[in-house]
Amino acid sequence: MTERRTRPRLNLCRHEDRLLRYRQMNRSYTDETVLVTGLRDGDEAAYEYLVREHGGRLLSVIRRILRNEDESADALQDTFIAAFKNIDRFEGAAKLTTWLHQIAVNAALMKLRKKRNIHERSVEDLLPQFLDDGHRADVGPTWTLTADQVAEQAELTGVVHEQIAALPDQYREVIVLRDIEQVSTDEAAQVLNITPGALKVRLHRARQALRKLLEPHMAGEKSA
Amino acid sequence: MIKKCKKCIEFLADYLEGELPEDQAAEFEMHLNLCPPCREYLNSYRETIKLTRKCMCDHPEHEDDCKSPPQMPESLVQAIIKACKSKDE
Ligand SMILES: [Zn+2]
Repeated sequence: MTERRTRPRLNLCRHEDRLLRYRQMNRSYTDETVLVTGLRDGDEAAYEYLVREHGGRLLSVIRRILRNEDESADALQDTFIAAFKNIDRFEGAAKLTTWLHQIAVNAALMKLRKKRNIHERSVEDLLPQFLDDGHRADVGPTWTLTADQVAEQAELTGVVHEQIAALPDQYREVIVLRDIEQVSTDEAAQVLNITPGALKVRLHRARQALRKLLEPHMAGEKSA
Repeated sequence: MIKKCKKCIEFLADYLEGELPEDQAAEFEMHLNLCPPCREYLNSYRETIKLTRKCMCDHPEHEDDCKSPPQMPESLVQAIIKACKSKDE
């Protein structure tokens, strides 16, 4: 631990130096607690390790959403800036990779929202409506397409991205954690700093709203 | 006894998680048997969950990507480190 503090400042200009140092730090930073401590201390070597170790994977995730190199690079930068800014809030509830991944997905979706000028939708308006007798008032078309069929079509995949991006932040975040990252209820609740009960309520509402947004595209007819 | 669709939909997430007590799960299923709209709702709710997972990221269906992630251009690595440093100061 003390060795980390006396390490000389990185000289980013010299390639061999950088590689050598990167290999040295690889040894200690493979231990996640050492890495997180380094990040919290503002250790530049820890920053660099994190970027090199996770950047490629995160970039591929972001590219799938944005499909544009420059915007993806921007979103990746946003991801790491957010990660370093919030590292004190990382409590080890989720794995570091999961935590980074959800920041990246959210950053990409925020950028997509801006780029496509997607308007945030009110979740209240998208929840199912009921008649006085308890039956649903808004029964829509039957979903004939399956998730597998949709995932194979770039156009429809894009629609799914856009609809998730249209959810208000707090609903989008819960979908990203639970349904994309698949972290447990307790872990997700800890990451978002809410109770597991509140998380479940929010998730259910988020899924219902998203279901409603996707409905027009799932009846199997060509989307207009 | 779950008679109404509203109640049925409320229980949906817990049912899918397997968190409903046995007697409530049985009631839930009984309602589903009698109510095509709720069956369709359950199906579309489940597909929604699957869709987000499949369309959004590189796992679990694209695990190869995870195992050998693409290289980041060195210029991007440097740009990010620089940006993070300047935010820090
Ligand atoms: Zn019903």
